[in-house]
Amino acid sequence: MARNKKEDESRSVEQRTWRDHIVDIVICLIFGIFTIICIYPFYYIFINTISDNSLVATGRISFIPRGIHFANYVKVLSLKELPGAAVVSLARTVLGTIFTIICAAFPAYCFSREEYWHKKIFYRFVIITMYFSAGVIPTFLTYRTIGIYDTFWVYILPCCVTPFNLILVKTYMESLPQSLEESAEIDGAGYMVRFMRIVMPLCKPILATIAVFSAVGQWNNWMDTVLYTKNRDLQTLQYVLYRYLKEANTLAEIARENPEMMAEMDPATMLSPLTIKYTVCIVTILPILVVYPFFQKYFVKGMMVGAVKG
Amino acid sequence: MQKTKVVKKKSPRDKAGFRLFLLSLPFLAGILIFSYLPLAGWSYSFFNYKPGKALLDCEFVGFKWFIAPFNNPVLREQFVRVMRNTLGINLLYMATMILPMIFAMFLMEIRWKGYRKLVQTLTTIPNFISWVLVYAAFFALFSTEGLLNNILVGAGVLTTPTNFLTTTSHMWLKMLGYHLWKGLGWGAIVYISAITSIDSEIYEAANIDGAGRFQKMWHITTPHLIPTFFVMFVLQIGNIINNGIDQYLVFSNAMTQDYIEVLDLYVYRYGLQQGNISYATAVGMWKSLISVLLVFVANTLSKKIRGSSIF
Repeated sequence: MARNKKEDESRSVEQRTWRDHIVDIVICLIFGIFTIICIYPFYYIFINTISDNSLVATGRISFIPRGIHFANYVKVLSLKELPGAAVVSLARTVLGTIFTIICAAFPAYCFSREEYWHKKIFYRFVIITMYFSAGVIPTFLTYRTIGIYDTFWVYILPCCVTPFNLILVKTYMESLPQSLEESAEIDGAGYMVRFMRIVMPLCKPILATIAVFSAVGQWNNWMDTVLYTKNRDLQTLQYVLYRYLKEANTLAEIARENPEMMAEMDPATMLSPLTIKYTVCIVTILPILVVYPFFQKYFVKGMMVGAVKG
Repeated sequence: MQKTKVVKKKSPRDKAGFRLFLLSLPFLAGILIFSYLPLAGWSYSFFNYKPGKALLDCEFVGFKWFIAPFNNPVLREQFVRVMRNTLGINLLYMATMILPMIFAMFLMEIRWKGYRKLVQTLTTIPNFISWVLVYAAFFALFSTEGLLNNILVGAGVLTTPTNFLTTTSHMWLKMLGYHLWKGLGWGAIVYISAITSIDSEIYEAANIDGAGRFQKMWHITTPHLIPTFFVMFVLQIGNIINNGIDQYLVFSNAMTQDYIEVLDLYVYRYGLQQGNISYATAVGMWKSLISVLLVFVANTLSKKIRGSSIF
């Protein structure tokens, strides 16, 4: 931070000509345009979900929402597959993150101790798996053989063996002062006690970074639903959105199945398939956007530890 | 006498080490099951596997599936097309790998810090959403009922709406566009932090020498960022035939498939959709072997040029 400030000061000392100002303005404008390109699609989707559906259907909502209502959200949440998918998404995010943290932290602790039995061999046994992959089909066959194909566990268990996370945590643990653990060792504390009481609390920063990345990864993952599940009960929000975007008229049929629900709506708030897609999209992206500002520093930190190891 | 002493001294430590090994055993078992066991699945490629039968009841065909992409004319045509897509798209990605660096350099030229932070925050968001949501965003812009059609039809340029997601022109460039839209801001972060770690005294010295803004960017910032860029670039060489499936699966449809079907997607289609497990496994094995080879090539290259390995 201090360095930044110094740099800014040193830059402001230099003489600035009208040419510099024009360059400044051009740079700001170009970045402004790119930023708008990144954000506008979601703004567009959002205003289309809260605007009058008949205006949306004729494509007249581009920049400002008109005829604001929230009926789309109420209806989307009453669709029968959506709450289930939301529960699966949430469950895999929470459970997957917990499992990832435990399976990164504890083995990392074991491997951070010099006395580990044949440490070199077993550490290599773990690390080398980062550099090869059997591929989609053999993985699919294995999941079928061990019986996690088409179960909820296919979302959780494979993520627990991520050597990359283990390296991050192990490196962090090795940078901690050894004296704390040694004094506990002299007091007779075993490995588990020392891990839980001393090492884990000290590793909070790196574990938080891994947790945030794992949670986003779990929430966003939909390929494993495509590849390794069949059961509709296991679909996640991402997968539901994928299906809605791909199967244009699925939802119109669902709405047709509930005519009594549709009958009491006036035509202006009648659901069109397009607004359903948009609304599911907003429901799916909302958790990311809500947590993003709070966790931004972890994201940046994660990028940096990743770059250092990479 | 001395020997027994050494053994005695090591013994409790060894015991503790063995206990650590036992404690981490569940994790090691997990590695064995999820990373090593799938390798056994490679054996399927040597048989004529039919789903529903036991593997050993199937006909053993040796290397038939491995040479199939080269011998069978139909498969060869597909394979050439898929490889062309894979390499073409990846080479385009590599050609534009310099863009995050340029993005970071110009972003740091913005004096107004609040604006700089805002740009950085908003342009990294696309990296944290799935490809399904990326598809949703472009669906909203380019589909038949999307924004672009609304505007073009409204202005009278088009008489009937076109679905731009199913047009086949410039498919690779479009994929590159989606890729950059998602990853540019995020890719810049590593360069931004590299720039902030450059000693500001160098800039001060350059100021005294009367260096202009672009001279400083070219003569100070760029040389400091090139090593980072080089590492990223070499890592990408190891990935040149890996695309992942997500991006290509969401954007593929009956029209565009010929232009964006990459190796990973091809394996998925053959293996899991059409059920030709043996052939798909063989193609996947080709891919895995070439990938490992490329990683070694990249590492050797890095050793030769920079004097340090990246792994």
